[in-house]
This record gives sequence, structure tokens and C-alpha cells, in this order.
Amino acid sequence: MGLESLLKQDGYFTTKVDALVAWARKSSVWPMPMGISCCAIEMMAVGDPKYDIARFGSEVMRFTPRQCDLMIVAGTVTYKMAPVVKKIYDQMPDPKWVIAMGACTASGGIYRTYSVVQGIDQFLPVDCYLAGCPPRPDNLLNALIMIQDKIGRTKASDFKNAKSPELELTSSN
Amino acid sequence: MDIKELVLQKLKENFPDINFETIDYLDELTVKFPKESVVKVCDFLKSDTALEFLFCEDVTAIDWAKRKDRFTVVYHIYSFKNNFRLRLKADVDESDCSIDSVTSVWKGANWQERETYDMYGIKFNNHSDLRRMYMPEDFEYHPLRKDFPLMGIPGSIPLPKK
Repeated sequence: MGLESLLKQDGYFTTKVDALVAWARKSSVWPMPMGISCCAIEMMAVGDPKYDIARFGSEVMRFTPRQCDLMIVAGTVTYKMAPVVKKIYDQMPDPKWVIAMGACTASGGIYRTYSVVQGIDQFLPVDCYLAGCPPRPDNLLNALIMIQDKIGRTKASDFKNAKSPELELTSSN
Repeated sequence: MDIKELVLQKLKENFPDINFETIDYLDELTVKFPKESVVKVCDFLKSDTALEFLFCEDVTAIDWAKRKDRFTVVYHIYSFKNNFRLRLKADVDESDCSIDSVTSVWKGANWQERETYDMYGIKFNNHSDLRRMYMPEDFEYHPLRKDFPLMGIPGSIPLPKK
């Protein structure tokens, strides 16, 4: 069955602290749902019982960046919205990851025009680009699994001296 | 009497000194007049009891790029009483890029005139709050003008630092 069958009677196993921390971290990725346009509908579908992001420990979608470690940027980011996205990203505690969900966030998509940022990697460090317009919910789950793999390869010491960014006070437009 | 004929007849009766140009295309009536008379014509169309164009659906503009009068400001107005739409047009030249605001007639035209100002750079005189609608306040250009490049001017809108 599960872990108990491996443990037999002895009731203990050995592992590395790094592996344990990475396992815990990747199994409870809390997403910041940055739903800006239609990709957000597919992101909501990921939370429903059919696709069920809770299977991966990521069902805690709260609209506060302070408790999140994964930002799902779902939708077209305009130049006017970019400072807002950046400000929310800066408020998330380290370590943190970013999924650029959909063609618009990855490259501007069909909006090849003056008002849309042609790819959010111009101002955010993106870990996973997700194709589709919009991507299907299972595609987003795939991106989450990729992020989990990436987190699983990290060591706890990687983030020991992580510098927190200086919060930039931008003038309101 | 047909509503179109009624509109034209009333306009000609009340403004004998204005030269109206009318276009009737696809059963849609367009009336064109000099921009100086926009407020009094709109005021009349709204307040006349037989017409009652109470609803200003849209204010926008056209950029003809190389024409002598570069811009045309377009108003779409609607009469609930007659179930009839009327389109008004007034030419604006680039050298005097302004037209009187119709917010004194229809309050709802406020944001639409702001949008037209933002996108085309046409100033609306006597407008109570003529700020940009979409673009940042310190933006220098007007995006829907024909000479504005589709991809914008690089660096004109700042992005946050990485």
C-alpha cells in the first residue's frame, strides 16, 4: 500500500534533510492566482473536482501574496498592469517560482501591439512557460508537476542567503 | 412623415445658416456640419420634443491621415421615442485640433470624449475633466493616430526592473 508497507515493523527510515525539505516544499506549493484574463477561467477549472489541483497539494489559492510561493500569471499583461504584477511578486516570500500561463504572458500572443508586454520575462524571472490560448487545465497541471520537479532538485541551502528584493515604490498611474 | 425627413426638415428650419451635408447609406442617416455648431445642434436634437435624442451612444473619431481636415469626430445618438439612430460628423483640422464638448448636453459623453482625446489627441473645449482614459498620464503620443507605429515607441512606457 503506502509508506507503512515499506517501513515494516521498524518504523523508521533514513533520508537527507535536503531531500525531506525539498519533498515537503514541492508537495505544498501554494499558488498566487494572478488571474488577469481568460486563462484565469482555465486556472479556476484546475481547482474543480475533475482536474483537482488538491492532488498535488496546491489547492490553497488565497489572494494574498504573503502566503504564496508560486505565481501563476494567467492572462494578458498590459504595460499598465505590469507594475501591479511586479509589486505582488515582490511581496511573495522567498523562495518563489513563476508560471507564465498562456501565449499572452509568454510572448504577447495575438496581442502584438503597443499596449501589451511582449512576454512577462521582461520584468519577471519565469520558471515555466505554458503554451496554449488558453492552455487546457491538464496542461497547467503539467506545468505544476514541472515546477515540483524543479523544486525537488533544490537543496535547503540554496535559499540560505537569498536576497530579498528592495520594494520599489512606483508612482501610481 | 418619415423620421429621417423629420430630422432633416427640423434641422434646416431651425438652423438656416448652417450648411448640413447628409448621407443616407444602408438606411443609416449621417448628418455632417461645421464643428463650431456642434453644441447647439446637439442641444436642439436632444431637447426637441418630437425628436428627443436622449442617448449619446458613442463619441469617437476618424484619422484620415493625409486629408486636409485630418480628423472627423463622430457621434452616434439614439432616440428612444422614435427608435432611431442618427450619426453626426464634424471635421477637425490638425492645426486647430479641438472641438466643443457636448458634455453640457449629454453627461455620458464625458468618458467617451476623454477616450477620444487619449487616442487621437483632439481637445474638447469646456470639458470638465479632460484627462487620458487608458494611457499613462505622462504618455506623449496618441495611439490611434495613423502615424503611431503598431508596436508603439520603445521605452515610451516604463516597465518595472527585473
